[in-house]
Amino acid sequence: MTTSLTLKELSKKEDLFTHGHRMCSGCGAPIAVKQILLASDYPIVASNATGCLEVSSCISQYTAWKIPWIHSAFENAAATISGVETMYRALRKKGKIDKEIKFIAFGGDGGTYDIGFQSLSGAMERWHDMLYVCYDNGAYMNTGIQRSSATPLGADTTTSPAGSVIPGKLQPRKNMTKIMAAHGIPYVAQASPAHWKDLMTKVRKALEIKGPKFINVIAPCNRGWRSKTDDAILLSRLAADTCYWPLYEVENGVYKINYKPKEKKPVVDFLRPQGRFKHLFARENEWLLQKGQEDVDREWESLLKEAGAE
Amino acid sequence: MAKIVAVTGNEAVANALRQVNPDVCAAYPITPQTDMMQRFASFVSDGKVDTEIILVESEHSAMSACIGAAAGGGRVVTATSSQGLALMWEMLFIAAGTRLPIVMPVVNRALSSPLNIHGDHSDAMGARDSGWIQLWSENAQEAYDNTIQAFRIAEHMDIRLPVMVCLDGFITSHSIERIEYLEDDEVKNFAGEYQQLYPLLDVDNPKSYGPLILPDLYMEYKRAQHEVMTRVSKFVLDVAADFEKLSGRKYGLFESYRLDDAEIALVILNSAAGTAKDVVDEFRDKGIKAGLLKPRLFRPFPYEEVASALKSAKAICVMDRADSFGGFGPMYMEIASAMMLNGSRPILINKIYGLGGRDFMPEHAQMVISELDEIAKGGKIKTFKEYIGVRE
Repeated sequence: MTTSLTLKELSKKEDLFTHGHRMCSGCGAPIAVKQILLASDYPIVASNATGCLEVSSCISQYTAWKIPWIHSAFENAAATISGVETMYRALRKKGKIDKEIKFIAFGGDGGTYDIGFQSLSGAMERWHDMLYVCYDNGAYMNTGIQRSSATPLGADTTTSPAGSVIPGKLQPRKNMTKIMAAHGIPYVAQASPAHWKDLMTKVRKALEIKGPKFINVIAPCNRGWRSKTDDAILLSRLAADTCYWPLYEVENGVYKINYKPKEKKPVVDFLRPQGRFKHLFARENEWLLQKGQEDVDREWESLLKEAGAE
Repeated sequence: MAKIVAVTGNEAVANALRQVNPDVCAAYPITPQTDMMQRFASFVSDGKVDTEIILVESEHSAMSACIGAAAGGGRVVTATSSQGLALMWEMLFIAAGTRLPIVMPVVNRALSSPLNIHGDHSDAMGARDSGWIQLWSENAQEAYDNTIQAFRIAEHMDIRLPVMVCLDGFITSHSIERIEYLEDDEVKNFAGEYQQLYPLLDVDNPKSYGPLILPDLYMEYKRAQHEVMTRVSKFVLDVAADFEKLSGRKYGLFESYRLDDAEIALVILNSAAGTAKDVVDEFRDKGIKAGLLKPRLFRPFPYEEVASALKSAKAICVMDRADSFGGFGPMYMEIASAMMLNGSRPILINKIYGLGGRDFMPEHAQMVISELDEIAKGGKIKTFKEYIGVRE
């Protein structure tokens, strides 16, 4: 019997990522992690790349994880869980384990788009039965807001500071979700903690599929985004409503858009509440705002085309 | 019943791994190790082992997967050489710090730059401080025997540490030698059933691996790692004693060759020790009291035992097939430390030889022993550290 995805039923389930963790108040990542673990009715074993989620959730003898959890380094959450999953197959074959266990790797955008990209790509190609979840907050937030390849165009970070000559990050972000879809794996999705039911449905779907799966979840960071502490869900929603972060899935190569805003909002609605984009509203940086909007429009159009939903 | 075969070092070690039948193997190709994992992959393909093999996309991922698999709760192996070991470097410390009993044959090879695929010890010496136990092997037989013993040492419930088994690239890995194989059942029984400790795959008793440890406790963790290392040599000897009962082959922490009354001594690792022992015999025939010490357990290093074995020597040459640029060779530094414990102050010189597969010839050993003989008789010390066998 699977738990139905209603607040009433879910509220009866035990939180497997518990209170007492030391993530910043208002952080989007632990909300997403809670939702992901609540979504599963299977026992989960998780790995975690070095990063905010990891350093804040298991310190000395205190752990926020009520599931088996392993952290080993920054660039290898996928390789590490691939080892655990392989041992699971070995022991199951020998009859030493009989339970159906699911495997999830968690990494931030630095640990996924950048330093962990190779090990993630390798684990997917090896077809491990695992789900990789990236919580994307768009920069190296743990080390103090340095730009990553997930950092959006124009963002002011500590290593792409908006200065008098260079107005923040000059390059667009990498389209990680599409890159993962290009691996030809059975399931890839993009999700948001604001659309919790959509996220949890995707996790459930992923866990039912044998083989490698990837879900990219937007995870607002009020420290790095220079936004209000309680705006994480609002910003996640705006990200979807502006099509900056479309909610979609790619199942066996077939694209499906899961949320199509009734009225596509301008990207500035998502950018304005964030201090990291403040400088973009100066007259001389208008071109960046324009380019940002064009990038989003082009990606959205291409997604609509892929999904046959033009 | 021993079976006598003619095989390469890589083949012998691959066969030891087949006989041990680990649960998981992660592998990535690198010369001169490649042939070992190719052979093991064939055992998997032909159903000769139960092992689940993962062909990862780098050595960094090989060790990461080994860490995940070992934490999962089973027996794990990988193998590498040179750049591969260097790429794993970060994860070596994590494997040891997490106390995971991974066994890894290291087919020793030079490090870039310049690129060179041949035998030297720079790779494993570079991993000296990683917290791994290191066993070194003179020839294919020792590599085979050490590999079998490594599982027992690594998995001992009082140790739980990863073990590297070092053998010389090409010289040992690719040369065909006479080997005595143990029977499959004998190895299986010797290695025993894997005993789990806090398995990650026990979902009913969830454990967190790899916490953040701040200054309030980090040092206690490191001291615990130091302390477990101090207990390793006892278990290495216990396992060796059991192995001797099974095979008739005797292993210690190191090999002492004609050292009892030696006035001059060589300290030399792995394959070159075989050549040097012949030369020691020549000098003994001439009435010169030469001897040789060949370390086997390099980490933890048995300082007191080594110092005691070398106590009669007046002049010692430590031969290093690796260098610590701007310092002495890594083995020299160990022997110098050991002699300080002894309170004896023999003259200690250092020769760097055989880098990047340069041949170590009997005449090199003759030259060094002659020089030691002169020094022991009161002759002048030419230089404390010198490269030998180099073109001028």
